[in-house]
Amino acid sequence: MHDYLQEIGALTMRWVRRLSREKFSMLFTLVQPMLFWLIFFGNLFQRAADTQVVQAPSYISFLAAGVVVMTVLNNGLAGGVDLLFDKENGFLERLLSTPIHRTSIILSRFLFVMTITSCQVLVILGVAALFGVRPATGLLGIAVILFIGVLFGVGLTALSMAMAFSVKSHGDFFSVLGFLSLPMIFLSSALVPLAAMPSWMSVVARFNPMTWAIDAVRPLILAGWAEALPRVGLVIVFMAVFDALCLYGSARAFRRSVG
Amino acid sequence: MDRAVAIEISRLGKVYGRVTAIADVSFQVSSGEVFGLLGPNGAGKTTTLRILITVLPPTSGQATVLGYDVVRDAERVRQSIGYVPQERAVDRFLTGREHLLLLGALYHLSKEEIQRRITEVLQLVDLEHKADQPVRTYSGGMKRKLDLACGLLPNPQVLFLDEPTLGLDVKSRLRIWDYIRHLKQRGITVVMTTNYLDEADQLCDRVAIIDGGRIRALGSPAQLKVGLGGDIVAVTVEAAAMNRIEALAAAVNALPAIRSVTPKPNGLDIRVDSPEKALPSVLEAANRLGCRLEFIEYHRPTLEDVFVAHTGHAIREEFPQSDE
Repeated sequence: MHDYLQEIGALTMRWVRRLSREKFSMLFTLVQPMLFWLIFFGNLFQRAADTQVVQAPSYISFLAAGVVVMTVLNNGLAGGVDLLFDKENGFLERLLSTPIHRTSIILSRFLFVMTITSCQVLVILGVAALFGVRPATGLLGIAVILFIGVLFGVGLTALSMAMAFSVKSHGDFFSVLGFLSLPMIFLSSALVPLAAMPSWMSVVARFNPMTWAIDAVRPLILAGWAEALPRVGLVIVFMAVFDALCLYGSARAFRRSVG
Repeated sequence: MDRAVAIEISRLGKVYGRVTAIADVSFQVSSGEVFGLLGPNGAGKTTTLRILITVLPPTSGQATVLGYDVVRDAERVRQSIGYVPQERAVDRFLTGREHLLLLGALYHLSKEEIQRRITEVLQLVDLEHKADQPVRTYSGGMKRKLDLACGLLPNPQVLFLDEPTLGLDVKSRLRIWDYIRHLKQRGITVVMTTNYLDEADQLCDRVAIIDGGRIRALGSPAQLKVGLGGDIVAVTVEAAAMNRIEALAAAVNALPAIRSVTPKPNGLDIRVDSPEKALPSVLEAANRLGCRLEFIEYHRPTLEDVFVAHTGHAIREEFPQSDE
């Protein structure tokens, strides 16, 4: 057990050290979602979006939940890419030749991605607060939002790792990533409520896990516990299934790739 | 051999789908030996090495390292080996010291032990002054030194080196050779792959020539060269005298102390026991037949000759590849 913790600690530390070396890119990863989506997009559509349609006091307050989940999506889907680079340049093989438990490599990555994502979600909620958006469910509500984020993030990161261990090159990985990420956002309730979508889009969006997560986070911010609790309960069940599927896929891909 | 066996491989095979990477590979490495897997790219050297370091399961046969099976006792094997992959298996954003700290933890060493070992290996590869710089600022030679330091950190009994000097300049190359000799003195068993003949010749106690996934020859460089049978006298005949070449071959074959005569497009390769005796008589035979020679040279067989003799082709048919 002590060995296991030592491995995970050291491997997680590696990601943290890398992040601190890449200050420039760190700043952009952290700032981009709130700058682009929350501040620009939110304010741009402030008057174009009908508060009757979005059923929120302002478009930014409606969008906040969407931006939170988008951040989880983007971080999660990109979460496997560093392992892909490790695989390509032989670093992974170096790690695999040491007497460590195979799962340490995966776990340390989850730990890191989830921590970064949670920090980012907190910053987004903070920026939203500057625009007058206060979560209706208070601090406990924020904790639940983080929990939902982690639940969703685990599945996405697992999916990303499964892809990282299956693709031939990182070119393929980024093609799939680029192909997935925007449709996942547009075909969800992140920017527009389902009721306001063309009917075929709302049908597709209903099956999008993004929508499930957003529909649980949004009432936590806008409405209150009474409305949020049933949705939170539902999303926990959904996400448990989603995570199980993604983790199974990623475990299979990992085993096939590294034995 | 009276020394203990460090590595034993028996009828090892690896098949990817319908492609056979290695077939029926068997050899032993004694402890304290520097053992080379010599062959061109794609010959199966790295596959063999990857099976030995437990990251690739074989499809047939067995391999043990220090008595532990690489599949069933993989964990034990990993604890006792060090591995130096081909270049660039480093994290550009970490410093050299951070690489070593990470690996120290992965080998479950205590904090004090890690510090002690780091100081030791950095000193050994002469990298102390760059230890706290990110690896992205390192030259190719320095990265290689760091690779070696990483491989040595666990104080392994067996060290595996994959193409230790591929793509390095001459100076760094000689440096790495020195380190490897030094490791041998410390009693570490070294298994290395290489596609450089001179490297195998200079460093390895024994060499396995591998080509097309099979072992073609095995022995010390000296044994392998002697095994070819004698030195080589190569004569090049003037174009005008090419019609007499068969007569010359027959005449030379009849001489004493001649082992074999192999015709070439522009002359003959003659294997002789003693060039001192053979040279004058070959020249005399050529004179007698009026077969004018353009060029004559003799050399001891090189590992290159050994390679050609056992595989039927040169190790590098085209240009030496740069660093992939």
